Amino acid sequence: MPFIPHTPSDVSEMLAAIGAPDIDALFDEIPAALRTPPPENLPQGLTEMQITRLMHARAQLDGQPLNFLGAGAYEHHIPAAVWAIVSRGEFYSAYTPYQAEASQGTLQVLYEFQTMMANLTGMQVSNASLYDGASALAEACLMAVRAHRQSRSARILVPATVHPDYRHVARAITTGQSLKFDVLPYGEEAGTLDLSSLERYSGQDITAVVVQHPNFFGLLEDVDAITDWAHAQGAMLIAVVNPVSLAIFKPPGEWGEKGADIVVGEGQPLGAPLASGGPYFGFMTTRMEYVRQMPGRLIGRTLDLDGKPGFSLTLQAREQHIRRSKATSNICTNQGLLVTAAAIHLSLLGATGLESVAAACQANTSALVEALTGIDGVRLRFAGPRFHEAVLQLDRQVDGVLQELARRNIAGGLDLSRHFPGLGNALLVCATETRTPEDIRTYAHVLAEILT
Amino acid sequence: MHEPLIFTYSRPGRGAPAQYPPPVPPEVPEKFRRRRRVVLPEVSELQAVRHFTRLSQLNFSIDTHFYPLGSCTMKYNPRACNELAMLPQMLGRHPLAPESLSQGFLACMHELQEMLKEVTGMQGVSLTPMAGAQGEFAGVAMIRAYHQARGDTAREEIIVPDAAHGTNPATATMCGCKVIEVRTLENGDIDIEALKQVVGPKTAGIMLTNPSTVGVFERRIQEVASLVHGAGGLLYYDGANLNAILGKVRPGDMGFDVIHMNLHKTFSTPHGGGGPGSGAVGVGRRLLPFMPVPFVEREEVSAGHAQLRYRYRWMDERDLPQTIGRLSAFMGNAGVLLRAYVYMRMLGRAGLERVAEYATLNANYLLARLQQAGFEPAYPQRRASHEFIITMKRQARELGVNAMDFAKRLLDYGFHAPTTYFPLLVPECLLIEPTETESKQELDAFVDALIAIQREAQQDAAKVKGAPYTLPVRRLDDVRAAKQLDLAYREDPG
Repeated sequence: MPFIPHTPSDVSEMLAAIGAPDIDALFDEIPAALRTPPPENLPQGLTEMQITRLMHARAQLDGQPLNFLGAGAYEHHIPAAVWAIVSRGEFYSAYTPYQAEASQGTLQVLYEFQTMMANLTGMQVSNASLYDGASALAEACLMAVRAHRQSRSARILVPATVHPDYRHVARAITTGQSLKFDVLPYGEEAGTLDLSSLERYSGQDITAVVVQHPNFFGLLEDVDAITDWAHAQGAMLIAVVNPVSLAIFKPPGEWGEKGADIVVGEGQPLGAPLASGGPYFGFMTTRMEYVRQMPGRLIGRTLDLDGKPGFSLTLQAREQHIRRSKATSNICTNQGLLVTAAAIHLSLLGATGLESVAAACQANTSALVEALTGIDGVRLRFAGPRFHEAVLQLDRQVDGVLQELARRNIAGGLDLSRHFPGLGNALLVCATETRTPEDIRTYAHVLAEILT
Repeated sequence: MHEPLIFTYSRPGRGAPAQYPPPVPPEVPEKFRRRRRVVLPEVSELQAVRHFTRLSQLNFSIDTHFYPLGSCTMKYNPRACNELAMLPQMLGRHPLAPESLSQGFLACMHELQEMLKEVTGMQGVSLTPMAGAQGEFAGVAMIRAYHQARGDTAREEIIVPDAAHGTNPATATMCGCKVIEVRTLENGDIDIEALKQVVGPKTAGIMLTNPSTVGVFERRIQEVASLVHGAGGLLYYDGANLNAILGKVRPGDMGFDVIHMNLHKTFSTPHGGGGPGSGAVGVGRRLLPFMPVPFVEREEVSAGHAQLRYRYRWMDERDLPQTIGRLSAFMGNAGVLLRAYVYMRMLGRAGLERVAEYATLNANYLLARLQQAGFEPAYPQRRASHEFIITMKRQARELGVNAMDFAKRLLDYGFHAPTTYFPLLVPECLLIEPTETESKQELDAFVDALIAIQREAQQDAAKVKGAPYTLPVRRLDDVRAAKQLDLAYREDPG
């Protein structure tokens, strides 16, 4: 019996202690009419050897394409030490630190993570993570509505250059709460938020303005002007950022005159593998004045009975297990294991390493753009300063080109026609520090063959 | 044992240069440039490895300690699940990778959906919610979408038992519903008379778990189902306790319309110190059009493809226009789902039924032993499910030693404490869940520890109240933590 330790004599001794004739008698409170018939459609169990063979075959079937996809999930080198430590059973198989004294390892890692994220984003407090970047944006919008007591409108301005699936998630998660999202267009030429589109909201009751920087197209938004405009209107500013980019870019806490109010983003680039989309983690940082409106777990440093420092979950009065229907959010778990990876990853990279990674990503994206736009029928759509990603215009439908690339074992980027039909045959490409000059030459060579 | 913060090891100019590419100057226009360097630890690789390894050693975990946290289901996480979910192709796949290069992965996801349908008696499964609470959200959002699609817009009340997990009322509120609480009777069943009073034309649905959070099977579940359905509401199953009934009774057969499953509990994926989880949802026929996207569909492949009989593809908003939408940027916690898939395939049909059998055997055995030792069950007349409650109200009254004191002292004996003070309606309670993967020896040792602590409490209450003594820290001052907030380390400016 896989993973069940009971011997037949254990079972009979235990049944005798209970006073039950057999195990099935323990289910005698379930009405007979409800008892499940044998589950014929479930497969028989496999041994570890059999399932290993099956999973290797499945993995083999998919192969490992050369990857030029980004769009919110980024392939980075993860130091071997990161998952060697994260996979230790003491981290991996622990639970929520409800008994703080027995969970000081997890709690201290989370506290160190909170410190690193506050530093990176230029804010005062960080929570110990949310599910992913998109759901963190949804939580930030709900938090802004709670925190901004003067605003009655629950109206949130969201540029179209915010990741389209982040926008969809924010809508889906807030759908029961009558938030109003107004999507602002991007400039046709620049690919960034057109500041003039903000003007028609001047003087109106706006709860918050969202800005993603770098935006979905990889371009830098005029964050200082947007932040100051939001604050001049009495609105809060929610920043969505890539944490790696913050090694070289001005942190949201320093945008404009007063800085952003809530900062969220996808933590995956900090030590989480691509892994088909998860588990990743969302991060959230804010100003101290809003800490009681923040969703998710917070770890605080305190003292024990002997006056020694230690860590525990704090401000739990905000949380669902105490406040029930009046909680800041229904969020119960966080992404502790991924946060552990991020804390180790950031410790191994340090400021120097993170800057090197960010600069290498930028340089490789530029090299990729140069190589691909050298091909007839490929041109760069937006010219501004960028990070990680670029939009290319092709002279034919992108879908067919991507399928052809996939046949040649290349994941060539994201077809933008679904989310941005106005862009025509547009392809979003990405090259992180993991792409070599050889990888880029291979992509350019194959793409040229397909297009000619 | 005390481990300093990583920042205290940091020295300017130190680093782990094997871990990053050679420097190139970044291209940052002046107005976007970061002016002050990020404060991150500057440590060598060995310093980081030692620091985090030492921190790991300050934790209790399943791999090192018995962890009988009721309602959390902390059982063994088989190593094969981890290893096979971390094959390079699985870890390296981009979430937006072409479907043609993802058929192996998608096949696993589709089979997982099918197996979950089978064990829950549901018609459709979406794997995308990233945690149990997000699964709850998806469930209640589907219930609301269902009523709204029918033009039945006055249904804004969600009924929740007073014993429910805190996430239930929080979720209902998040979905814009009003929460109506119903009482639990002395015997642990829901108060049907009270339920009759509140069910009506405003009822959107009821959120229940069965077995309930008090650790007993709701015997009148069919009556509850017909009452709520009769009034036009739907039934939501909180799958936190699915472990207890696998192969014995299916939520779909009990009348539930929607269920979330905590895959990290019932299907044994590790919880990593608080997450990740995974909250797949299953739905009955009425809610199929509203499922969250994406999920996986299978199509027969016509002759000619020797290698594959089927083609798998993502279903999204285009295929399901009434969907409640997307809950994550991509497709949820794929890595957790792969672990759950491997676990289910290893156990197979017989193994899954054994989960419920041995979890329930262990719980009832532990309860019987504790009762014989003089501890007081909260529901002495009932069968325990996979978990049960003992109440320490007598010890608190007579000895001044409460449930939390017992919990902290258990840590000194090498056992993680049970869940304390939940559910809220039982005073001084410990909610104990041994799970099926613990041996009789371990359970006996746990009983011996509680008996020893009881004896200590009678002889020297102060000793128990001062626990723990053997851990990295003594009892922590939570009031100070909340009043003098210290949420991030600041370097000494001097």
